Amino acid sequence: MTRKLPIRELVLFAGLLVAVLAVYGLMGAAYSTRMLVEAACYAILALGLTIQWGYAGQFNAGVMGFVALGGFCAMLFSVPTNPAFWNTELPGELGRVLLYLVAAIALVYGATKLDRLGIPKRLRTFIAIVLAVVLYMAVIGAMREVTDEIESRAGFIGGLGLPTWVGWIFGGALAGGIGYFIGRICLGLRSDYLAIATLGIAEIIKAFLKNSDWLTRGTATVSPLPWPTPGPGELGFVLARAIYLSITAVVIAAIFFLLYRAYYAPWGRMIRAIRDNEISAAAMGKDINRRRLEIFVLGCILMGIGGAALTSFNSIFDPQGYLPLNHTFLVLVMVILGGPGNNLGTIFGAVLVYIIWIMSEPLALSVMHAVTALGEGWFGWEVGGNLDSRALQARVFVIGLLISLVLRYAPKGLIPEKVPQYD
Amino acid sequence: MNELVFFINNVVISGTVTGSIYAMGAIGVTLVFSIMRFAHFAHADMMTLGAFMVLLLTTLFPNVGAVVGLPSALLLLPIAMALTAGAAVGIDRAFYKPLRAHDVKPIVMVIASLGVTLMLQGLIRLFAGTSSQSLYIAERKDIFRFELPFDLATRNIVVTEPQIILFVFVIVAVVSLHLFLSRSRLGKAMRAMSDNPDLARASGINTNTIVAVTWIIAGSLAAAAGTLLSLDVAFKPDLSFFLLLPIFAAAIVGGVGHPYGAIAGGFVVGFAETLAVFNWAVLLRPFRDSLPEWLDLPSNLALVGTEYKIVVPFFILVAILVWRPTGIFKGKVI
Repeated sequence: MTRKLPIRELVLFAGLLVAVLAVYGLMGAAYSTRMLVEAACYAILALGLTIQWGYAGQFNAGVMGFVALGGFCAMLFSVPTNPAFWNTELPGELGRVLLYLVAAIALVYGATKLDRLGIPKRLRTFIAIVLAVVLYMAVIGAMREVTDEIESRAGFIGGLGLPTWVGWIFGGALAGGIGYFIGRICLGLRSDYLAIATLGIAEIIKAFLKNSDWLTRGTATVSPLPWPTPGPGELGFVLARAIYLSITAVVIAAIFFLLYRAYYAPWGRMIRAIRDNEISAAAMGKDINRRRLEIFVLGCILMGIGGAALTSFNSIFDPQGYLPLNHTFLVLVMVILGGPGNNLGTIFGAVLVYIIWIMSEPLALSVMHAVTALGEGWFGWEVGGNLDSRALQARVFVIGLLISLVLRYAPKGLIPEKVPQYD
Repeated sequence: MNELVFFINNVVISGTVTGSIYAMGAIGVTLVFSIMRFAHFAHADMMTLGAFMVLLLTTLFPNVGAVVGLPSALLLLPIAMALTAGAAVGIDRAFYKPLRAHDVKPIVMVIASLGVTLMLQGLIRLFAGTSSQSLYIAERKDIFRFELPFDLATRNIVVTEPQIILFVFVIVAVVSLHLFLSRSRLGKAMRAMSDNPDLARASGINTNTIVAVTWIIAGSLAAAAGTLLSLDVAFKPDLSFFLLLPIFAAAIVGGVGHPYGAIAGGFVVGFAETLAVFNWAVLLRPFRDSLPEWLDLPSNLALVGTEYKIVVPFFILVAILVWRPTGIFKGKVI
């Protein structure tokens, strides 16, 4: 294997550096550093998606849900404890209901095994379903009472007051757990079903976080979330954000190194073999569904960590702030534009697309204002209200167009995956 | 008896309404699935597009309906259906056909359809804004009340004009679709192509025509479903992701590639949703006195709150994928 100088990568990254410097020159250091930190968090999300889509050909349409789960964990673990909740009998009540829940699950699980005792299978299914519905109603009823009590007396249960990084780790774990559940159901079926199911679970996670006021304060939002580093109050915006940026950079570097090793290891070759030709991989004795599940869960874990880092940085947990456009489709564009299956390309895509995304907001507004000014001057148009919110919708169109164009004209992305050739 | 009337109003009628909408959407999704073999994520936005066209036309001609005594929106619906069908064919030519020609994996087509979703959403919101608007511009919505011939029933069964229109439209659409698929040459060719595309091509069926016809049917049904939904409630530009999941669930429950299954699946999902959010305590209240002492009736016996309505189609989807991934009618595409 001869090593050539990677001219394409060098040119592209030099261009990216120029773009970043231009943003620094135009918008000032504090704003630009914030943009870089967010781009770094998005790069973690994009790495998660690139191993699902690029390495294994699984399309996850619900990145938003895993981001929200990561953000929720970051909030739950790092926010200070709420004495109005912990100093009453409410934690005990909540624990009792959670015990009921565990007991109910155990009972229903037991009922599904009744056929071992000689009960006919149809009867067993019937018993299990009826039992599940009744117990579900009972637990939900008890849960409603406790949560209403918590909401009226304590507001919400508050956080656990632990260091922020604990929340990031648990965010990854929780996202991975949900990913395992989805993957178990969908990965053996057509690839489209995974996209449908992830789209659904993302909306459900969002609905749950939005409506569980006792857990997350819902639409009232939780802020401020502590940072893992000294906050801007002590060091000033630029320095504090720069330190945060270095932490995310370390996380990215660690993930990048591990993924690099995994990609060139036998495991990576096996994953690519499954992606490129399932049938022959299966014929070689690879356990396809299990490998797929591994890689899907791994991607979800990265998304959870990235979402936690992003939410901690924004310092506010707002369930309504998680939007399919910002947290699913933007990440998708980053991956397919940068180069699915190529980690370097993915990071390049993440930073590039995020710069475009951030800069497109003032751009869309100014274009809209120019157009309406022209329209009024030349044709006497009547301009309706809420113009600014409409102008931002133009960005939705642009993201969609970008997806279509990339798929059509550059399906391998700007920095394509390099498949090693062994002669 | 009033409880029964309440049940009919809140479950039977509203379940039929939701079920009809989902069924019309699911027919389109399942046809696209069986002919082109990918999950068409832009379908809910085609519904919104159709409704948006009706909204535009109704704003232009608010008083046409008064001539024949129907809502203007309904009179203008055929034009909007034709326009949406044309848009669907155009979208296919511009975005899906080049990818099909490159013989990409179905999942790439899914991503392309997500791109189309975003483009449609962006365009519609750019022109219509994000707030909801009523499709009744110059008229008022008629509400019919039927009295029950029982002494105990003091409340009335309430049906609105758009709901009646919806029921009639669904019956007409389903019957004509059935006749088209089973009697006409094109319909038979479509079924042949969904059974075995290579064999269909080899026996001289023009696949491009079939694809265009599929888009015309899917697009016009989507436009009708979107308009009738907006007539019943209001035109909402950002409904798409909430419609998409129930529609896919309906198509998969019915067996993908199976138009009749999609209709059944639509009603299954629609009724499941309304039954799940219905407060069963209302029905049990008349028997309160005859219940045993230890069982006090809680005030809220709904399975899920209305804010978690989207959980229901997801749960159905998961259940069907676990137990019977081919759907209740044995779909062709797994």
